[in-house]
Amino acid sequence: MTTMSPHRIIAVLLILLVMLSAVSLIVGKVWVPWNAWFTLSDDPRWLIILELRVPRTILGIAIGFALGMTGAALQGYTRNPLADPGVLGVAALAALGAVLTLFLGVATTTPWILPMGAMLGALGGVATLLLLAGATSSILTFILAGAILNTVASAGVALALSLSPNPWALNEIVNWLMGSLVDRSNADVAMTVPLIVVGCGFLMLTARALDALTLGEDGARSMGINLSVTRILLAVGVALTTGASVAATGVIGFVGLVTPHVMRPLLGARPGALLIPSGLAGAVLVLAGDIIVRLMPSAVEIKLGVAMAVLGGPFFLGLLLTQRRRVA
Amino acid sequence: MNRLAAENLHVRLGAKRVLDGVAAHFAPGQVTAIIGPNGAGKSTLLSCLAGLRAPDQGVVKLDDDTVLSLPARQRAQRIGFLPQMPEIAWAVDVRTLVGLGRTPYIGARGLSAGDDEAVARALSVTNTTELSHRNVMTLSGGERARVLIARALAGEPQWLLADEPLTGLDPGFQLDAAELFRALAHDDKRGIIITLHDLHMALRMADRVIVLAAGQVLADGEPINALASNILHQAYGVETKLTVGAHGPVIEILNRRIK
Repeated sequence: MTTMSPHRIIAVLLILLVMLSAVSLIVGKVWVPWNAWFTLSDDPRWLIILELRVPRTILGIAIGFALGMTGAALQGYTRNPLADPGVLGVAALAALGAVLTLFLGVATTTPWILPMGAMLGALGGVATLLLLAGATSSILTFILAGAILNTVASAGVALALSLSPNPWALNEIVNWLMGSLVDRSNADVAMTVPLIVVGCGFLMLTARALDALTLGEDGARSMGINLSVTRILLAVGVALTTGASVAATGVIGFVGLVTPHVMRPLLGARPGALLIPSGLAGAVLVLAGDIIVRLMPSAVEIKLGVAMAVLGGPFFLGLLLTQRRRVA
Repeated sequence: MNRLAAENLHVRLGAKRVLDGVAAHFAPGQVTAIIGPNGAGKSTLLSCLAGLRAPDQGVVKLDDDTVLSLPARQRAQRIGFLPQMPEIAWAVDVRTLVGLGRTPYIGARGLSAGDDEAVARALSVTNTTELSHRNVMTLSGGERARVLIARALAGEPQWLLADEPLTGLDPGFQLDAAELFRALAHDDKRGIIITLHDLHMALRMADRVIVLAAGQVLADGEPINALASNILHQAYGVETKLTVGAHGPVIEILNRRIK
């Protein structure tokens, strides 16, 4: 296997991220080229940069990082290369939790209620999955469980939408569900980023257990890993990262699925070593996707979540086809 | 005192008594083979001994401590365990996989130079040094079994418990593995406890054989005594003949006798 040094890969990803961040501050309906940056002290374009592009860029990085690392952690824990918060239904349940707070009308009164709902939804999803994983950790069980959670969550969302008395709220919810970084504020950043940082911290604490799980649950336990602790760290970590991401931007799928796959051949398959590089690659992917969406010459901006799903769907299909042997 | 001891173990799975009052003491420097029909409780006994399963009743002691009360890391440093048909989930290279055996020792800073030496020793003892850069998914069954034994040895445990480590190996690899287990016991003074289905191999490699049937110890002693035909008949319902030939004792399985 030709693997590269993790430090070099992390350095390359960081450089990419810095370059994309610069582009992300420049690109949009109003272009702010480099040479204008030093002369626009009381130009209104400063407002666009500070109040719109900076939070949009930071959120893109944070959410991409969260989704990439969460996907890598879930794949490592389940020893299942198809695991990801979207596929396993965790993101959908987070969305349901958030929608319920909107539906009940409690979200507008206090700003932290909606992320709280999303995190509780995500926690419910990941707890259900881990309970199932205790019984059997076959790929089939997880995919079926994910299908069930996704179905239940979308039915719940549909019910909330159909019972919604206010057409404007309805429009709002539908738009938010599709996943986008448009018009996010610095307040959103302040709410989301700390939760994601703490969640990623929890996930990092599982790294050694994820490595040991390469040898199965009995193997890991025989090497002194306490899997009950691992499950709790993982559940809390995933609930924080997925809940906070979904609350801020709606559902952006496939990032968590794709990035560990891209990183695995480069770094070797040891799950603990994939966490940070997958996070960085996720940040690159989301930021690049958001820039592309902004560059699209359409009247109404295409939703990032939709664009990711359009790109990710075929990727997932290809993955399933190559994995068919293991699933059967 | 240095010993691993099971006292009066009872394990129930639903209505079935998987272990029904098993007692056995083990000393280092010996290879003990646990044999018995399918479902006799061999694997359950082994995972109780490894401290991975709490018996419903009874206790497993390592020296003066209860195995279940030891901190997980400390227990893992002293007792190595090789599960039955171990899975390898990811396509890592052999060196990385064997390095996982150092998990009970890894501090916050990752693998140390001492860990690297232990891994190198485990690779060399199992004759897998030349495989160290191979992807584990490309190994043959025999290579895979050796690499997994190396993983368990990398932790340098005083006790090595292996659940059917010879299953699926060709006769040559079976003999190699048997030699390795014997050397680990006799030369390194480790305690080796393995479960087996092959009566020949039990006779050939073990210093001591425990015959388990329906959750109880049917016989425990020198292989030639524990594998006597009346015991095997009671355990498996088969007729066997044990003869001592020029190359040592040989066991023949003659036919299935209706009990």
